[in-house]
This record gives sequence, C-alpha cells and structure tokens, in this order.
Amino acid sequence: MKPTRGFARAKVAATVSLLAVTLAGCGPAGQVDQNGNKDGGEPGAGGTATGTVTVFAAASLKAAFTELAGKFEASHPGTKVSLSFAGSADLVTQITQGAPADVFASADTRNMAKLQDSGLVDGEPRDFATNTLTIAVPPGNPAGIASFRDLARPGTKVVVCASQVPCGAAAVTIEQETGTALSPVSEESSVTDVLGKVVSGEADAGLVYVTDAKNAGSKVESIPFTEAARAVNTYPMAAVKGARNKQAAEAFLELVTGSEGQAALGNAGFGAPQQ
Amino acid sequence: MTFTVQAVVADRGFDVSLSLGPTETVAVMGPNGAGKSTLLAVIAGLLHPDSGRAEVDGRVLFDVAGGRGPWTPPHRRGTALLAQEPLLFPHLSALDNVAFGPRSAGTPKQQARDSASRWLAEVEAGELESRRPVELSGGQSQRVAVARALAADPGLLLLDEPMAALDIHAAPLLRRLLKRVLAGRRAIIITHDILDALILADRVVILENGRISEEGPTRDVLLRPRSRFAAGLAGLNFVVGTITEHGLQARDLAVYGQHDDLPGPLPIGQPGVAVFPPSAVSVFMAEAHGSPRNSFPVTITDLEPHGDRIRVRAGEGGQLSADITPESSADLALVPGIEVYFVIKAGAVSIYPG
Amino acid sequence: MTPARSRTGAGPQVPKPRKALAHIGIPAWIYTVAAAGGLLVLLPLIAMVARVNWPQFIPLVTSDSSLTALGLSLRTSATSTVLCVILGVPLALVLARASFPGQRVLRSLVLLPLVLPPVVGGIALLYTFGRQGLLGRSVEMLGLQIAFSTTAVVLAQTFVSLPFLVVSLEGALRTAGPKYEAVAATLGARPGTVLRRVTLPLVLPGLASGAVLSFARSLGEFGATLTFAGSLQGVTRTLPLEIYLQRETDADAAVALSLVLVAVSVTVVALAHRGPRPPGRASAAGGEGATTAAPASRGGVL
Repeated sequence: MKPTRGFARAKVAATVSLLAVTLAGCGPAGQVDQNGNKDGGEPGAGGTATGTVTVFAAASLKAAFTELAGKFEASHPGTKVSLSFAGSADLVTQITQGAPADVFASADTRNMAKLQDSGLVDGEPRDFATNTLTIAVPPGNPAGIASFRDLARPGTKVVVCASQVPCGAAAVTIEQETGTALSPVSEESSVTDVLGKVVSGEADAGLVYVTDAKNAGSKVESIPFTEAARAVNTYPMAAVKGARNKQAAEAFLELVTGSEGQAALGNAGFGAPQQ
Repeated sequence: MTFTVQAVVADRGFDVSLSLGPTETVAVMGPNGAGKSTLLAVIAGLLHPDSGRAEVDGRVLFDVAGGRGPWTPPHRRGTALLAQEPLLFPHLSALDNVAFGPRSAGTPKQQARDSASRWLAEVEAGELESRRPVELSGGQSQRVAVARALAADPGLLLLDEPMAALDIHAAPLLRRLLKRVLAGRRAIIITHDILDALILADRVVILENGRISEEGPTRDVLLRPRSRFAAGLAGLNFVVGTITEHGLQARDLAVYGQHDDLPGPLPIGQPGVAVFPPSAVSVFMAEAHGSPRNSFPVTITDLEPHGDRIRVRAGEGGQLSADITPESSADLALVPGIEVYFVIKAGAVSIYPG
Repeated sequence: MTPARSRTGAGPQVPKPRKALAHIGIPAWIYTVAAAGGLLVLLPLIAMVARVNWPQFIPLVTSDSSLTALGLSLRTSATSTVLCVILGVPLALVLARASFPGQRVLRSLVLLPLVLPPVVGGIALLYTFGRQGLLGRSVEMLGLQIAFSTTAVVLAQTFVSLPFLVVSLEGALRTAGPKYEAVAATLGARPGTVLRRVTLPLVLPGLASGAVLSFARSLGEFGATLTFAGSLQGVTRTLPLEIYLQRETDADAAVALSLVLVAVSVTVVALAHRGPRPPGRASAAGGEGATTAAPASRGGVL
C-alpha cells in the first residue's frame, strides 16, 4: 500500500470518530422511552417454548398487567407471560419492525389503527379500559388549583403533554370543548415528564391520566374535574397477526376483558370500556 | 553595586551563596543534578527557596525564612533568562519577540520595535525581523533569543546552557556573539563546556551536590583544581598566552594551532587560550620535526593509571598531560624527573580568544 | 523531529514530510477492524439517509416548528459555547497551571458531565436552579425565572458541554507547558500580559477545537434539557426535542430533522478540523507543534 493511501485512511478514521462524538449528543433519545420507563428489552428470547405468551403493553398498564400476568400463569399452569412495556407508538414501531409479540395493548385507538394499517392485527381489537385526565398538583397544592379553569389563570405554571401524544391530544380536546385556552409553560413528550415537573414542584399543575396520578402516590395530589369526561381515552388490545402462541394470546385477551381483568384495571384507576 | 544570593532549597539539598560584581560574568559548572538549574530558577523567581536572600543593586529579590518573607515576582526582577532552547513565542515574528520585553515594560509599540530592530542588528539577525520562529534555524533562533533577553535590559542575565542544543557550526558563532554582548554585563552562565567558562566568564563556580565546591578565576580553578569535578575538567590541556599569526605565544612556548570554527582571522595580540586533549599528545625522547606540529620539551612530574592508559603529567605544576599506552610507557622507560618531548599535531590544537 | 530541527545549521528549517510516518505501517488486520468500527458508526447514518422521504424533505424541514427548533438550537448552542469559553478558560488554566489541594478532585468533578447520563445532569440542575432548588429561591427573588425558560436550555447545554472545552484546553495548556510563560515572566511581563500575549495565543487552536466540540455537544443536548427545561416551541424545544416529539406521529419528519442535525454537526466539526494546520500555528492543540520548537531540556530551568 502506498503511504499516501494509508494516510488518507487515517483521516477517514479520524472523521468517523468525530461523527461518533457528534452522535453521542443525540444518544439519550434512544435510551428513554416515551413514558420515561426503562425499555423492557426484546421479549421472549425463549419464546419458542410452548406456553409463553409475549404481551406488548402501553407503559400505563404496567401495574395492572403485571398483576394479571401472575394470575394468568396461576390459572394456566405451564404458561409464562412475557411482558414488555413502552410507549404505544414505540411498541407499534417495534412490532412492525418484526418484534415477536403475541398481544398488543395500546393506550389509544390511533396507535392500534396504525398497527391495523400495517396488517398486523389478528381479528378486531377489543376495547378493555378507559383512562381520563386529572389535574396533578404538588403536595399541598401551592397554587390553589380547584378546577380546570384555574389552570388558565395568568401566572399559573401548567405543564401538559404535546398534542402529538395521546394525553396531549386529550388536553386539546378538553380545551376546545370548554373554550378554555391554556398557556402551558411546557409541552412534554410523555405523561411521565409532565408528572416529573409536578413532583419536583417546578410546575403548579400538570394534566396527567388518573392512573398516573394514582401510581405517583403521595408525591402528587389529584384534583378531578368534570370536564375530563369530554376526552375519554380508550385502550384497545388485540392479538398480533402471526402470533406464535395464538391460543395463549386469546386466553390472555379473555382474562383482561373478563371480570378478573376489569377488577384489576379498576384498582389501578382505569375506567370500564364504553359500550 | 552587586548581586548577592543565598538560598536553601531543602528537598533538593541545595544550599548556595554567591555574589557578582556589576559587570562580572560567572560560569556555573558541575555534574548533572548538582543544582545548577535550581540556582537559576531561584534567582529568576521560578522556584521558592525555603530560606535565603537575594539582592540586586540594593533591591531585594527575596528575603525568606521558612518559606515566608518578601518576594519579588519574576516579572519585576530584571533577570532575563536564556535557556538551552530558544523558546521564541511561535505566534510572534522575530521582531515582536524581541520587542516583547520593552512592550511588557510599557514602552510604546513603535519605540519597542525600533529598539528590537537595533538589538536584532546587534546579534547580526537584522534580516530575520519578519520571520516566524518556525522559519528560523536553531542558531538563528538562539541569536534572536539573545536579542530578546538583552532588549529586556536585564540587571542580571541568566543563561542556561545556551549552546547545548546547537550544532557544532552554530555554537562557535553564538559563543563569539555572547563574548561580545556579555562584555560589561552581569551574567550567570550554566555550561558543560570548559570553553564557555574560559572564553565567556571571569570566574567559574563549581557546584556539586547542591553546594559550591570550588570557585575562582577560571584559569586558576583549572590549573589547580581542588574539587573532583574541576579535576576532571582539567584533564584537558590548555595553555594561555597571546594570540599570534600561527597560534599562541605562551611565556616560553610557541603553540601552533588553528581555529576551525571561527570565521575570520583571530584577533592577533589579544589574550587567548590553546586547548588540546591529552589523547592527542605523543611522548618522544627526542625532538620531532615535520608537518606543522608542536614539540615541547618537558620534565615528567608524575605517572598515573588513567583507564587503560597511563597519564603522563609534565611541566610546571603538571599542567600538561599525555595519555599513552602502558606498552609505550614501558618502552620509553618513563619515570618522574626525566626530560621528554610532548608532541602535538597543530590540527589537534584549538586556539580561542580568551 | 526535534534533534533534526535544532541540529541543523544556518538556513530555514525544511519541515520533514509528515507522510513519511505512514511508512512505519500498521498490521493489515487493523484496517479490517477499523473498517468495522467505522461501519458501526456510518451504517446507521446511511440507513437513516436511505429512509429520508426526499420528495417531502424540504417541506418537512422548513415547517414552522422545524425552523423554530433549529433556530433555537443554534442560538442556545452559540450562547452556551460563549459561556463555556468564559467559564472554561479560567477553569482549564487553574487545572493546568495552578496547584492546590483538592485539584484532582476538582478535575474529576468538572469532567463528570462527560460520563453522567444527561438525565442525571438535568435532575441535578433541577435541584440547583429549580423553584425548590438550592439557588432557585434566591434566583427567583432577583426576578429571574429559570425553569421552563430558554435560560434553562442554555444552562443545561453549558453543563454538559463545559467539560469538552476544559479537556481540550487543559490538554493544549499541558502540551504547551509553562516554559514560554516562564520566559515571558523573566522578560518582565505581568501575569495578565503573559496570559494575553503568550498563553492564550499559544493554545488558540486547542481553544477553538474545544469551543467547536462544546457547540456540537450543545447542539445535540437532549436529556438534561428535557428533564430540566421542558419542551415548548420557540422557548425550550430544541431540535433534538423536536425530533423526539415528531417521532411520535411523523417518522418522516423525525428522520428529515435528524439528517439536518447530523449535517449541521458534521459541518461544524469539519470546519474546526479542516486539513492540516498551517505551520507555525500547529502548536498546542496538535500536541506536537509546541514541542517541536521546544525540545525537552535536560535539567533546564524551565
């Protein structure tokens, strides 16, 4: 090899490493999912074993589905439920890119529709829960928020979800229906980020789901408001086309939509699906 | 008006006191690690001594005990430093490098440049004014560095082996330049080269293990070394005298020699020194003739082993020596007291202005 | 190259051709592994470019929200780079030139954001400048609102970028060494003069590359901004946050904007590292220029 060539190559290598530095700046985008949860990782590497059902579920379902998975395994001996929680949009992307899911439970109908458009839904999705917004305020409610209209008071620091994500779309619906225009100080990409701003006391109030406020325990106070009923978020779930464990997938769907499943979801703060 | 320094740097085992007259140049010699550089660093204010005092022309440079006391920062000491490396500021032209000292002293820009220009001319580097340091050779750089140090108008010039990094052609030129500019100045020069001490300094100080082991006029120290280091240096033969057309005239000896480094004729009639190594000296029982060579009749005073050779000392006080093989010594049946001829080729003798 | 330089006699120094170094050669398999490493970085970029919806590219990247986000990113990154220089130069000087107890600890702490997940940085900033934070109340009493403001974005970017500048500059300062400064001092230059006329010019290349790295890092900053500053169009939603949000609904827009971000970053970094440095100014940053002119002295004063 001619020395000049070697030199040129060295320069290429240097450029590549510079690119790496540049990209590192963008890195975190891939590390935190939409709901701020840790990615559950690729599920079911051992999914070839019969009896394992892989469930991709919206992050807000974590508590309820974890409980239900235990019940499912108890009532169906020999089965194992592998759960993966993330933002609904992320889960749809993962499934369309070939992730091995048997069941998909979405936090909104739009993402379910996206999966249907990709032709990856087996049968009709079933609505199994609803979620509504609530006002989360820091403990003690320092800004004295009592109603949805209070959020529009000048000087009130309100944090909401961006309209691109389901919780933000719901907030926009309520604003339009009630004719109340909010001036949020931040439009976050996920409910978790909204909740974080409230928990840290940076925001006076945030619009989050009832289930999120419930999960946060005593770190926030929840102020229910009647206008929340104007934007009810419906959770649909379905078996994924080409599921490797179709029977178990159907059985899990039955459990969630059955009385046992509904009770667990109710405990987590979810509403019953609208008929 | 003098310069005095007395300083102790405990963790280097350094304890030296030294003084210089207003126009005196002192050469500091000694083995590596003897504390030569420590001495300069303490004087320049780059190193805090644990205790001691220094004064230049009545101005206190430091007066510390237990690490505390009056302390003049380096930039107010007037002790410009010339190191082994030129250390020209790479982002400034030669002219601006030389103007740096005057500018720092508050001289207006144009005036500082004018003065820098004069100093560059003084070191025969006037044509290098607009060059960047990277465009200068080692010798040129060091000449500019000399101009820069002098332009700062230092009360005391500190030279730390200024010739050490130069090649054999550049060193003699710089030595001659220093000889000229150091005349009438107060300077301390660290050197490993006996020629620097002979040519540039009025006095030599031998530093060993952080202490001054010997000091005095250079020729006296070399003629009658008391310290081991000076004795090592004195292994070199040198004859002082007056420069002549062919070499050097000592009191009773005409020495043929040459100066292969210096361009131009030697300053005839001026004091000079002829230097040659003992290994260049042959010993004959009879006077030798032939191509230009020196043949000195001497009386052997001493014989001693010197490595795998025999060192033959001769002449008054044994100031001349020859290194010969033991076989030659045996063949000639040399013993102290007999008369022999020391023969040295003229080509092996270097004559320097002293 | 040092001995060659100082031993040469009269006449200007001819720089040794640097390409001669390539003759030394490296084992052939190194090229293979290096290529794999390069591909690991390049391939995803190529894949992303392949996914760009080119017919829609211009409308996607010139949408109101995209341009606002890009403008905000450039403005905040420029501001944080200036802040990095103002704060980073003294920090690097203190770390490289001074000597005091706890210096090593200080260095480790300053460099911490390099290895800290940005989210953690965001949380730390929140508890410092947030409403409930350490300084938040005092800052609020001064009439400043940091939370949810562009100031918060700049703070977050400065927090994560400062180490890049400090590391570059400290390296340059250490390479340049204190010799030139010592000489300048003995020539009568006050510490301020030495800094202005000797130290800073010597490390200028290092400072420039540090500033560029800081800018690039600021441009890519995401986690700390998301956690600390929030996300509001035109105020706190920088390009990375916009990409993250667009990804929810419009993958095409996210990909197009990602490409813009990559292009801007590559341009900035390439500008700072274009070609070999001109002779004479090669000094500190390259880590060889300064020492070229200054061979290690044996037992010298400096």
